[in-house]
Amino acid sequence: MTETKASTDMPSEDALAEAKAKVGDIVTCDACPVLCRIRPGKTGACDRYGNVEGRLVRMDPFVVTQRAIAQDGKMVPFLGQKWDGSPLSGATTFVTGIGAGTTYPDYKPAPFIVSSEIDGVDMVTVVTEGIFSYCGLKVKIDTDRYIGPEQAAVRVKGEQVGHVTTAEYGSQMLALGGVRHLTGGSKKEGTVTCETMLTLCNKGAVELTIDGGATVVVQGGRPPIINGAQEERMRVGCGSATIGMFARQWFGHADEVIVVDDHITGVLTEHQAGRFLDMRPAGIRVRGRKSTPGRYFQVANPGTGWGGTDITEPLGIIERIDPKTAWPGLRLLMVSTTGEHAAWYVLDENLVPRPAEMPAPIAKVVERIGENCEPALCSVLFMAGAGGSLRAGVTENPVKLTRSVRAALTRVTSGGAAVYVWPGGGITYMVDVTAMPDGSFGYVPTPAIVGPLEFTLRLDDYESLGGHMDHVRPLAQVAQEQRLKLMQWSSDAPWPLTPPARSAAE
Amino acid sequence: MSGAQATMLPDGRRLHLQHGPIDLIVEAFGSPGDIRTCYAQAVDAFGDVLPQLAAELPLLRTPLGDAEPHFRGPVAKRMVRACWPHRGDFITPMAAVAGAVADHVLSRMLRGVWLARAYVNDGGDIAFHVAPGENLTCGVVADVADPNVDGTIALTADMPVRGIATSGRACKGSGGRSFSLGIADAVTVLASDAAAADAAATIIANAVDLPGHEAVRRVPAWDIDPDSDLGGRLVTLEVAALDRAAISCALRSGVAKAEALRHAGHIHGAVLVLQRRYAAVGPSVARLAAQRKAA
Repeated sequence: MTETKASTDMPSEDALAEAKAKVGDIVTCDACPVLCRIRPGKTGACDRYGNVEGRLVRMDPFVVTQRAIAQDGKMVPFLGQKWDGSPLSGATTFVTGIGAGTTYPDYKPAPFIVSSEIDGVDMVTVVTEGIFSYCGLKVKIDTDRYIGPEQAAVRVKGEQVGHVTTAEYGSQMLALGGVRHLTGGSKKEGTVTCETMLTLCNKGAVELTIDGGATVVVQGGRPPIINGAQEERMRVGCGSATIGMFARQWFGHADEVIVVDDHITGVLTEHQAGRFLDMRPAGIRVRGRKSTPGRYFQVANPGTGWGGTDITEPLGIIERIDPKTAWPGLRLLMVSTTGEHAAWYVLDENLVPRPAEMPAPIAKVVERIGENCEPALCSVLFMAGAGGSLRAGVTENPVKLTRSVRAALTRVTSGGAAVYVWPGGGITYMVDVTAMPDGSFGYVPTPAIVGPLEFTLRLDDYESLGGHMDHVRPLAQVAQEQRLKLMQWSSDAPWPLTPPARSAAE
Repeated sequence: MSGAQATMLPDGRRLHLQHGPIDLIVEAFGSPGDIRTCYAQAVDAFGDVLPQLAAELPLLRTPLGDAEPHFRGPVAKRMVRACWPHRGDFITPMAAVAGAVADHVLSRMLRGVWLARAYVNDGGDIAFHVAPGENLTCGVVADVADPNVDGTIALTADMPVRGIATSGRACKGSGGRSFSLGIADAVTVLASDAAAADAAATIIANAVDLPGHEAVRRVPAWDIDPDSDLGGRLVTLEVAALDRAAISCALRSGVAKAEALRHAGHIHGAVLVLQRRYAAVGPSVARLAAQRKAA
């Protein structure tokens, strides 16, 4: 049983003509007998067709990216140019899974199985869209500012959409989405989680509130905004690393340098680097727990002040000044690991630090700390597993696809972008959403995220893993699809059609 | 224009019928020969459903008043029959479209075959058949977007229930397929057939409401869908968090409507859900509510 006869009782010609007459910007969909009239930006009763700028379109056009050819070091622009209808050269065109459409479960071959010839080898790209309930976002926020305790709930509109996870060097990490928030909680939790993920996946900004922590505006490829303040740069290193990097440049201009950092605060004269320079001990003891000489943990609480601590008045971290070791006139620099905060002091006759004007050589080094900090950005990685049934759309024997990916015979891309495939079972992958074309992701009301996925391999390999050979279409035929959208390929990204290497073990 | 599609799902047991906005999942339990026959009958019945509805769509979208409109199509007739008792409230026959399609396909597929059990699921509005001595265990998911089985109802042949339908405010454009005048997250109704359950669920969901409450955002239906049978009526777009008193108040109003429909014999029972609070109407549903609390 595959298809019934086409509907017989079609509406009359008159009714069709009348319905098709445009009212304002409303378009009439003639995909089925309902003949929905659809307002701009809306979809018809089926949610499969919609009105985009006054035209009826199958929602989510599926995207063809084209490798731009470099000329005189410049990209040849073709976005906005009219499609000339000519069959595309296989080597410069790649069909992505965006808008390919899918059904869940995948009980029929993937929507597009496209063949093209690259370097004399017949290549097949199986294009599909996965509907992922098991999917999440790993968000890296370049900041040392305290955004909240590990494991704290991350919320949008009061609903938990994820949590704070293990911090990385110079960055705070969030894990957002996932099946538990999408379908395991309340309906609102699921809807808000889905919206949040979709916005971030499609490169939009989302305001996140962390229990017991900060409010953070996150957007892939953009600086984070923490409690209303935009983060500018990552720290150059921890306090100890900063001492190591700049000790020689301070030498002779300062008697002591304390680099304030939430992780490790460095004290120059006690530090290996200061001793190496034979610096005289300054006798300024900082708070916190000593790790090794000149390196201190937990000098203050985490916060959004100096070096990711809650310090706003730097002298607060000084526990005591030893009168037997320190001396009047001692020159002290206090600086944070990004160089954003710095203060210069000279000890008076009672060994009390007094603020003074920072000498030019010191100010220059402080500035250099800042210069060596990379711009702080948010990065958003989408992670999902191409599970059981999705693979069935590619091959009759799904496990062979997994093995073929493992053996690097099949390249996996998402919207044409390179992915990292996790070791272990299944095809669990991660992709940088900013490397993908705009609007790559969609959703279904389950709620679940819909993401593009392409598998590219040699035609003979495809046949041997039980591919749906009778569904393979030449690229030129795909070019005739009504809902085709051409996009320029980012020159930064590797071209997905380069033939995967044949493994020797084969 | 694309035609109706019929496909077996990969489990080899269930039939998927799709045409335009209609998606049906059909399953029958019986001898292989009877199953083959009834699936062929279901496919046959389905082919004309959407074109016939489309032909009478303008009148189907017109609110019911004092004069009973007459329709040619069998599904349209079922829709009017199911909605007629509710004409005192605002209702158009479209309120029962999903249930009526399910009832129509079920009745046609049962012709001349013996099946222990069968169901036609039209996007959550379900028409079913149970032979004497058989029963169908129906999991109730109170929250459509959060598919946990909240409880089960054993539907036996001697119960006057052959249809279940759920209506909610998941709005078109934000996860849903239609509009609601009320604020209920979900109202699930048991009735003698799916069309009756569908119409009643719509009416009860509309009655779960807090008129003029600031937490409820409403827009005219035609702002979203120019063809909506609700025209310029304000439909619910978003409901912010409500306090307990407000939730109780809204649920009470829905329960009163549901009790009235039950006493008039239009429904067998109902479950009403609003922001994680529940109310049950009718004996078999009260047991379900008890299961929920135990769980």
